[in-house]
Amino acid sequence: MPNGAQPVLDVQGLKTVFKIRGGEVHAVNDVSFDLRPGELLGVVGESGSGKSVTMMSLLGLLPTPPADVRGGTVTFQGQDLLKVDAETLRGVRGGKIGFVFQDPMTSLNPVYNVGMQIMEPLRKHMGMNKKQAAVRAKELLELVGIPDAERRLKDYPHQFSGGMRQRVMIAIALACDPQVLVADEPTTALDVTIQAQILELMKDLQERLGMAVIWITHDLGVVAGIADRVLVMYGGQIVEQAPTRELFRDPQHPYTRALLKTVPRVTGDREERLAIIEGQPPILGEHPSACPFRDRCDVALELCAKQNPPRYDVGNGHDAACFYDARTGGPRDA
Amino acid sequence: MLDDPKPTKLVEIDNLKMHFPIHTGLFRRHTGDVKAVDGVSFDIFEGETLGLVGESGCGKSTCGRAALRLYDITDGSILIDGDQIGDMSQKDLRTKRPTMQMVFQDPQASLNPRMTVQAIIQEPLDEHTSLSASEKREKVLELMDQVGLNRKFAGRYPHAFSGGQRQRIGIARALALNPKFIVCDEPIAALDVSIQAQVVNLLEDLQKEFGLTYLFISHDLSMVRHIATRVAVMYLGKIVELAPREALYAEPLHPYTKALLSAVPEPDPDLHDTMERTILTGDVPSPANPPKGCNFCTRCPAVMDICKQQEPDYREVLPGRYVACHHYNEVQTAADSTAASEASDQQSLSNTKNDQIN
Repeated sequence: MPNGAQPVLDVQGLKTVFKIRGGEVHAVNDVSFDLRPGELLGVVGESGSGKSVTMMSLLGLLPTPPADVRGGTVTFQGQDLLKVDAETLRGVRGGKIGFVFQDPMTSLNPVYNVGMQIMEPLRKHMGMNKKQAAVRAKELLELVGIPDAERRLKDYPHQFSGGMRQRVMIAIALACDPQVLVADEPTTALDVTIQAQILELMKDLQERLGMAVIWITHDLGVVAGIADRVLVMYGGQIVEQAPTRELFRDPQHPYTRALLKTVPRVTGDREERLAIIEGQPPILGEHPSACPFRDRCDVALELCAKQNPPRYDVGNGHDAACFYDARTGGPRDA
Repeated sequence: MLDDPKPTKLVEIDNLKMHFPIHTGLFRRHTGDVKAVDGVSFDIFEGETLGLVGESGCGKSTCGRAALRLYDITDGSILIDGDQIGDMSQKDLRTKRPTMQMVFQDPQASLNPRMTVQAIIQEPLDEHTSLSASEKREKVLELMDQVGLNRKFAGRYPHAFSGGQRQRIGIARALALNPKFIVCDEPIAALDVSIQAQVVNLLEDLQKEFGLTYLFISHDLSMVRHIATRVAVMYLGKIVELAPREALYAEPLHPYTKALLSAVPEPDPDLHDTMERTILTGDVPSPANPPKGCNFCTRCPAVMDICKQQEPDYREVLPGRYVACHHYNEVQTAADSTAASEASDQQSLSNTKNDQIN
């Protein structure tokens, strides 16, 4: 992983609030991270942890209202994406920043053949004519490993299997040589053997094309296999950030530690009884002035109910938002 | 205790077939069948959990539903608790229903949004018992305690509960009539990771307390390893391997089971670097038009000529271990004698396969 290089994408203090009847939901709260060139950044969290909303807000993909991106900066190629006009943003989305969403059936248009859908960004963003775009579309389908590409361009989404559809989505996302690819749970709807194919493909493509990837998932196993660095999100915040090996070897946040224990494995020793995390994820109704995990935490301190912990640097490029120091077994010194 | 299944068989399924007809053309003529479940046989011992795993579309859910006669099956025999229910009339089946219940995958879709929790859990009691209203109410509250739901919420509607709690409502309803056998159809698939463990622990506690027998259908191999006593692996309407849990995960025999296990991403970065992976190519064929010979021959990394000609028998190759694969045939022809002799030595077999893959 290249260190010290200028980040491709730099997010600082991002805040997103949803207005609902009778109040607000603080879905993303003060999220800061950077994405370095050529790295694959895994973002892990359960549903409602704010991982998808974070990525959608930084690209202006959320409907406003109800969503309201309250603050922060998103620096991409010297521009703040939260401040640029809609036209510029449209040029970035699908062009320099590509997307792959979870469910390929709902994100592909059922009434156009896939060739049209791959050619659309090529003609919009790259100014290609129809002929050039068709040639490039065929190359892209070959790149993502779809056999008989030329004929398949004329097929409609329903004629593809789930794994093949996700390959088409990846082809569309890669169409304009993006610098950043955001993949939101791209393998969640797929079977394990198909997921293994897609993970393999993504790793290969990333090495060949050298782009930076943000990979959102709830599956710690997927992250362990594919990511260079991991962000763990809980209750709309980043609770831990570390290089992948470091995170799995020495998790610092109580949530990460509990989560790793609660997932059963297919190899190694079998647990007689699964460890559980008591309780439910928080409802982000009010402005978070305390640690979102405190009610489910087994090492919560008094301070946790009064203050939201900042992200403490624990060395090796690893930080954790927790007042409890897992290494000393006591509260952290300020 | 769990590794040593009791000898009484509660469920015996033999050659179960569930075909759905395809009608095409102007006259809706019967032109083919989707063979969702195509000749499946297994037993479930009393008090054990049989895990049924496979990818989507392999027929595992259909198999679970057919085992409870939620479909009119095409062929086969289903013995549950001594009664043949495969060809039982609906009227007789109804009296049998209390012994066999089901927990569904999607707690949102399987609970009526217009009924209160009280009414949902009470419905089986209304249908099958002659308890008085107050007895029923008391029984419902008791069930809510057993599954860890707060009694105070009996008057609420399903939308007021989280996914994990809704699944508990579904479990309470399944328990209402003191069943012996419960089919759990992907009961945790719709839940978050931190909630899955809560529900699985609950199912285990209830099993111990009431001596329940489960058929646990799931695509999650790691969770099945945790909960199941024995595991059956399905592919394209057929069971390809059935074995006790430890044996199956330590030493899978069927090439499909091997590939499936190696595809599970483990939360351990070091393992990802060292592990030998079998990445299957292609997709599952359509169950309306399965390939000739072995169903897995189109994707099998260790495919032989015979696999494309002849369907392998589903047989017991080691005590308690059933496999449907030509690599494990005792009957040897000159052509595949090498493969078959290696089959007796699993280690060398897996080496051969790795060579073929690499």
